[in-house]
Amino acid sequence: MKKLITNKIQWRMLLTIGLIALSLVITSCSTANSTATSATDSTSTTTTTIDPIILNVSAASSLSNVLKAIDALYTKSNPNVTISLNTGASGTLQQQIENGAPADIFLSAATANMDGLQNENLIINNSRKNLLNNTLVMIVPNDSMLGLTSFNDLTLAKVTKIAIGDPKSVPAGIYTKAAFDELGITSRIQSKFILGANVTQVLTYVAGGNVDVGFVYSTDALSSTQVKVVANAPTDINAQIVYPAAVLKASTHSTAAQAYLDFLSSDQAKALFIQFGFTMAAN
Amino acid sequence: MNEYLAPLWISLKTVLVATVITFVLGIAAARWMSRYTGKLKPLIDSAFILPLVLPPTVVGFGLLLLMGKHGWVGKFLSLFNTTVVFSWPATVITAAVMAFPLMYMTTRGAFEQVDKNIEDAARTLGASEWRVLYSVTLPMAWPGVVAGTILCFARSLGEFGATLMLAGNIPGKTTTIPVAIYFAIQDGDMKQAVYLMVIVLCIAFASLAALAFLKKPKPRTRGLLVNAAPTDILYAGRKKDNPS
Repeated sequence: MKKLITNKIQWRMLLTIGLIALSLVITSCSTANSTATSATDSTSTTTTTIDPIILNVSAASSLSNVLKAIDALYTKSNPNVTISLNTGASGTLQQQIENGAPADIFLSAATANMDGLQNENLIINNSRKNLLNNTLVMIVPNDSMLGLTSFNDLTLAKVTKIAIGDPKSVPAGIYTKAAFDELGITSRIQSKFILGANVTQVLTYVAGGNVDVGFVYSTDALSSTQVKVVANAPTDINAQIVYPAAVLKASTHSTAAQAYLDFLSSDQAKALFIQFGFTMAAN
Repeated sequence: MNEYLAPLWISLKTVLVATVITFVLGIAAARWMSRYTGKLKPLIDSAFILPLVLPPTVVGFGLLLLMGKHGWVGKFLSLFNTTVVFSWPATVITAAVMAFPLMYMTTRGAFEQVDKNIEDAARTLGASEWRVLYSVTLPMAWPGVVAGTILCFARSLGEFGATLMLAGNIPGKTTTIPVAIYFAIQDGDMKQAVYLMVIVLCIAFASLAALAFLKKPKPRTRGLLVNAAPTDILYAGRKKDNPS
């Protein structure tokens, strides 16, 4: 049988690899131990200590900025709660939740995505409520010379690049396409679309000046100094824009999640929502 | 059905043009660097290999800064009323930039293994530098060049991050197969995602299999590459039986 290790160099290599592997094992064991011991510490002490919990909030991209502000406020009065915010297009988030992604709360920019989860029995039905309204607007880069003033201007030849959210998964894109369909211009402008994976990406496209026009929520437009609003979507489209919220059945902290959800309807949270340009939904 | 196939045509166009560009530029750069002995050699070499090491999104972002509205190239192009961002040429540019290091490294390795004496012999016989490259260096380095081209092809086909940043997702114009798969999964359109995935697998398998069947011309040279199939350059360094 051949010797496995034939010289000093191979010994040294083996030794180095062994030491690295050993140190990795030790560090992972120790971190596992320390989190285990700290968890047992917190439960074994008296009732005056509250367990620290992490709430996973999956929220539509347009809520990113306002939720960061609200979460900072929430953590001040509830120091044991850490909010872990996961933003994206509502369609993408819905998919993640359907595929088992850990989330305690879902804040969608469209009723369709929440309905989808409700139909699959993934939400706690009586926690569902309509939280916010928003408006869809047409924005251009600040230094745009095109002089666009209405949705119908999109059919002009000087408009070559229109950024919208992907109408198959981004609510803002769905609302935008609905507006185009209503005005009957979709087929004429379809070849100019640049699809964004979420509404924040659409905002970035316009802010960067590489597209002629884009369609985002008024709250997104407010958050950037490099774009300006030139038109609003038709009123009946804007009336459809509702942000439902709910606690998910799979949540392991449903009481804490409900408390957070209730906080989102409190006066302090309302003030922040309004400051960022949202309107509260009628329930 | 047409909608499903559109990314395939876009990808094929992009990959074809990108491979041709990288083929030419890769050989040129490899030829230059294999002879260059100046002080800047490590720097230039690193610059050429950079896109391979950087995350594709970083490369894409860098290209966007350079070619976007406020970048040097962007400003230059806007003098002619054109822009590269969010257009089909952008897919070619990103694919070529990301694939270039592979072509460059493989070709340069192959060039450096060509026996210099034979090249010099050609020169003493009166061959111009072009003739030396075309008639001596390239044929002798051919397995490496072909391997580089195949790697290039594969890398361009799979390029996603930088393409999405610079070219965006414009259905029918810049939606290459990887971008289409990504958005199909986002949209929950698993049918299209799987469909495109199978297409890519078939293309990849076909090109690698074709490689394996290629026979290379037999140069009279010492070294690792006697009677080697083009893919063997990928395993260069392992001990092989060398018929003298």
